[in-house]
Amino acid sequence: MPVVSVTPAAAELIRSLRGRHGPLMFHQSGGCCDGSAPMCFPAGEFRTGSSDVLLASLAVDGVTEPVEFWMSKSQWELWKHTTLTVDVVPGRGSGFSLEAPDGVRFLIRSHLAP
Amino acid sequence: MTRYDAPTHWQSRYDHYIGGEYVKPHGGAYFENPTPVTGQTFTEVARGTAPDVEKALDAAHGAADAWGRTSVAERALILNRIADRMQENLESLAVAESWENGKPVRETLAADIPLAIDHFRYFAGAIRAQEGSLGELDDDTVAYHFHEPLGVVGQIIPWNFPILMATWKLAPALAAGNAVVLKPAEQTPASIHYWLSLVADLLPPGVLNIVNGFGVEAGKPLASSARVAKVAFTGETTTGRLIMQYASENIKPVTLELGGKSPNIFFDDVSAASDDFLDKALEGFTMFALNQGEVCTCPSRALIQQGHYSDFLAAAVSRTEQIVQGHPLDTDTMIGAQASNDQLEKILSYLDIGRKEGAKVLTGGSRADLGGDLSGGYYVEPTIFEGDNSMRIFQEEIFGPVVSVTSFADLDDAVKIANDTLYGLGAGVWSRDMNTAYRAGRAIQAGRVWTNCYHAYPAHAAFGGYKQSGIGRENHKMMLEHYQQTKNLLVSYSTKKLGFF
Repeated sequence: MPVVSVTPAAAELIRSLRGRHGPLMFHQSGGCCDGSAPMCFPAGEFRTGSSDVLLASLAVDGVTEPVEFWMSKSQWELWKHTTLTVDVVPGRGSGFSLEAPDGVRFLIRSHLAP
Repeated sequence: MTRYDAPTHWQSRYDHYIGGEYVKPHGGAYFENPTPVTGQTFTEVARGTAPDVEKALDAAHGAADAWGRTSVAERALILNRIADRMQENLESLAVAESWENGKPVRETLAADIPLAIDHFRYFAGAIRAQEGSLGELDDDTVAYHFHEPLGVVGQIIPWNFPILMATWKLAPALAAGNAVVLKPAEQTPASIHYWLSLVADLLPPGVLNIVNGFGVEAGKPLASSARVAKVAFTGETTTGRLIMQYASENIKPVTLELGGKSPNIFFDDVSAASDDFLDKALEGFTMFALNQGEVCTCPSRALIQQGHYSDFLAAAVSRTEQIVQGHPLDTDTMIGAQASNDQLEKILSYLDIGRKEGAKVLTGGSRADLGGDLSGGYYVEPTIFEGDNSMRIFQEEIFGPVVSVTSFADLDDAVKIANDTLYGLGAGVWSRDMNTAYRAGRAIQAGRVWTNCYHAYPAHAAFGGYKQSGIGRENHKMMLEHYQQTKNLLVSYSTKKLGFF
């Protein structure tokens, strides 16, 4: 199982956001409020650095370029025994993530890594 | 028992509050605001975008200079009057806040609103008492240090305590003489407007501006604006980093409160007697369910010493099972609804991974269906997991009524587990031996260590994070300096030249 996968509903949302906002990226958040949720930004909007790890370059049907999925290294140390599935649920908002105004929210579902 | 009626004082629509009046959104769009109590929409709110933020910044810049020069006595008086209005309307504010957020009205009546009232009074007093300093460098030379306001500041408010968290940021900023552009959380944008309806006439136009909307559409233009002198944010780490990144582009300071995974540590001697103290400690354990766990300092890891582990945990499970879950507007209700559907879904995803990782569910573990109108609301059973600190439910802020329990051998072991986290916002230490409590409290890497208490948030006790929990301290007069510049006048009283030229 890949480290990060995407449900069909999330893929559909990614396609839609890609059409409106251009190339995309994810950074997995931690902490309070809307933490522990994946944040979706225009690619390059969030500056990753040496404290981050690129977990996946997601291939999404209908999206030309791969969608990078990042997490802070320190957080990944605590998550690395699990695999992640990006899903989408009805929701109200979250940080500066692009999908919030659509009334939906990306959500991580987790599984134990084999 | 009292059951309040659903509040009816809402307007059907809230625009932006800019320059002392309500202004329609530039883009003409609104978004629905549901109550988590039933999931039903009760008002709609302006969907702000960059032009709305610019308009609010114009108003704030127009007002900042005069407000900054207003005497501290007058600013303090206005803050005290805001507090008085809130006191006179405490009940209706509490009911509004409960309807907005889903939290039980017993909490808003006894905590959220009284704390907010006191916070305005505290900063009214603090600004009156604040003094600059002078240093007499030599007989002819004096360094004067004045506190000056930053000017216009941006504040992005979380949804877990909509009025109280706005107050934590507004009271010091206004006391220090700043004009504010505030963005409420899109999950809870309405109750701050009800609050505003009670106090708006007290503030000069433009001193407080509220732009509603989503983070990406309204929060980002505010956080990235070169026209704000500082950004204050409470939320999560990715957005916190993004705000720091925007601030770095403008060389502006930020204060950030980004949550935690707070340990609540119970030493063996807690169970040495069956008395009031043990009863208080058990309540302290159960505090994980306060505000449905939607607190940055939720004591979501309970560390129980091995000697009394079984007995204490059994009593804690029993105490947790006595939590009354119900209609948030019923004064008997102890735990209400999660603030939004996505929050509910996230909590359920953690209940799932907790089980997959092998943690044992001691009580709860599911969504709660309270029936009737409440079936559409977002309710979760108070849940206790037993496991170990490497599990994700011990390492991530679930922001729900979920506590993960493990045991420890001795003081060093407790401190090791407590500090084995990315965060450092809050912690609790419970012991009858104050030497043990002191050693533990000093060794824990967290900004606030509640000692033989938990979840108290009085003004004049500094609150803020170590490690990835953020930057800055709120709730204390030191917060004034987060909203001030230091002006040094270096004055020579000598009439003699230096002799260099």
